[in-house]
Amino acid sequence: MYRQKYIFLLPGLLVLVAVILFPLIFTIRVSFSSWDVYNPGLNNAGGAMYARLWDDSRYWEALWRLSLLSLSTVLIQYVLGFALALLVWRDIAARRFLRVLFLVPMMTTPVVMSVIWRTIFHESLGPLNPILEALGIGAQPWLSQATHAFAAVMIVEIWQWTPFMFLLLLAGLLSLPSEPFLAARVDGAGPVRTFLSVTFPMMGAISVGAILIRAIEASKIMETVYVLTSGGPGTATETVSYYIYIRGMRDFQIGYAAALSLTYLVIMAVALTLIAKALIRLMVREARA
Amino acid sequence: MRTLYLALKYLAVTLWSGFVIFPFLWMLTTSFKTANGVTGGATWLPWLQYQPSLGGWQSLFGGAGGVNIVRPYLNSLVVTLSGSAIALILGTLAAYGLSRFSFRAGPIRNGDITFFFISQRIMPPIVLAIPFFLMLRWLGLLDSLPGLILIYVALLMPIAVWVMVDFFNTIPRGLDEMAWMDGCPPVTTFLRVILPNVMPGLVVAGMFCLIFGWNDFFFAFTLTFTKTQLLPVSIVALNSSVTPWWALSAAAIVSVAPLAVLAFVVERFLSRGGLAGAVR
Repeated sequence: MYRQKYIFLLPGLLVLVAVILFPLIFTIRVSFSSWDVYNPGLNNAGGAMYARLWDDSRYWEALWRLSLLSLSTVLIQYVLGFALALLVWRDIAARRFLRVLFLVPMMTTPVVMSVIWRTIFHESLGPLNPILEALGIGAQPWLSQATHAFAAVMIVEIWQWTPFMFLLLLAGLLSLPSEPFLAARVDGAGPVRTFLSVTFPMMGAISVGAILIRAIEASKIMETVYVLTSGGPGTATETVSYYIYIRGMRDFQIGYAAALSLTYLVIMAVALTLIAKALIRLMVREARA
Repeated sequence: MRTLYLALKYLAVTLWSGFVIFPFLWMLTTSFKTANGVTGGATWLPWLQYQPSLGGWQSLFGGAGGVNIVRPYLNSLVVTLSGSAIALILGTLAAYGLSRFSFRAGPIRNGDITFFFISQRIMPPIVLAIPFFLMLRWLGLLDSLPGLILIYVALLMPIAVWVMVDFFNTIPRGLDEMAWMDGCPPVTTFLRVILPNVMPGLVVAGMFCLIFGWNDFFFAFTLTFTKTQLLPVSIVALNSSVTPWWALSAAAIVSVAPLAVLAFVVERFLSRGGLAGAVR
């Protein structure tokens, strides 16, 4: 009878190995060739592509920019998502409707909404600058100045993905037992005290999970950048994925792009593992205290 | 104190709701504009501020300044639905196997196999784009629906496994064993006894497959050219230097509407505690 267990596992596993693992191993081979438009195919270039990326300052700048962009947006998403989840957790009117409304942005296609956001950020015809002028802040050169463009990408990412953080944290809040809250009320704890010593510690493990999932997704950012700014002005908003896209799919430097993407994968895996370890130590220990 | 607290609470909810709705209202009003309405600056109210027209909506079926999105829309539907369905079936089977039986190959155990499935979500799309491109070219499936479906199945299956393993783990193993002792073979047990108990999980997993499938742009963009175009690709193609904002907005609305509506339909499944288990 236990022979039949392979019927369940094997089909999925085989698809994954054939479609993802096998091509990935092939990429390792490609990264040791100088495959490009002029020399298509697998030749032997040794570590030439890796030597080239070591000196490629545009790559390292993109990596630094990506870290800044993803860490800051994920942090803001966590704070906002947690606040929103707390707001619609209990006693509020129309909470079922609000819960779904807050989820809607993550259901929408990121590139399609980015196209719409691009019209919103339009300096003379978009609706954002008139609002800012009415508020006395004044019109901003949203997509033509480096810092503004960076902020624009952040705003779109926050709009799109705070809902995902909200969803995971709300699910966590809804699964909490009610006894500790009763105990806190009996002890006469106010809302702030209850949050700090009951809610937040109990949400430690879920918070770590939610932050990590978002950090993984944020480390891939490229579609928003492609549509909103095309990495510009200059390279001010270029992320690693977008730079590899330019080298690989536009310049067709397949060998170099393979080396870039494998390096990127390793750096991301290591960085995310370290972040995971740090977060677990920081937040899950609090849960036990 | 209590009134102040309540006022702040509702103020915060209103502000965020406004932020969430803002782009939707903007694209709704823009979709009824003409060239004059757009170049006249940012306006919101039809008739009062600009003369509305149905031009943007008509251009969805082809014609001046727009692009016919009927074909890309159908392509997107076919790829998303079949990709999600196959991914959900394979992923659910694998998740059940991993939750009920023990597998080992050398040092590799169940936990490692589960991690292998889920870890695929860590992979940045760009890392896979080049090997996918070469593989589909080798198979002769570049720029075709079957090629895209194959890729989507591999991309979506980890989501299904991730959600379903936890749902299966919450169901006591005694249930399976009882059915086996009654002489029910594992496959029948799975279909008749276990599957009906994990329906909420299937809804959540299916929803996530649909979201990530329907919303993918990058693979549809890099693995197709002209013959097989998916919806997000055809909408982004409108995003040129002289953008017909009205056509763009109308297309954006029909593109994001199905999942937004679905969100309200499956609401009670989405915010249930089941997902919290998956996060841990």
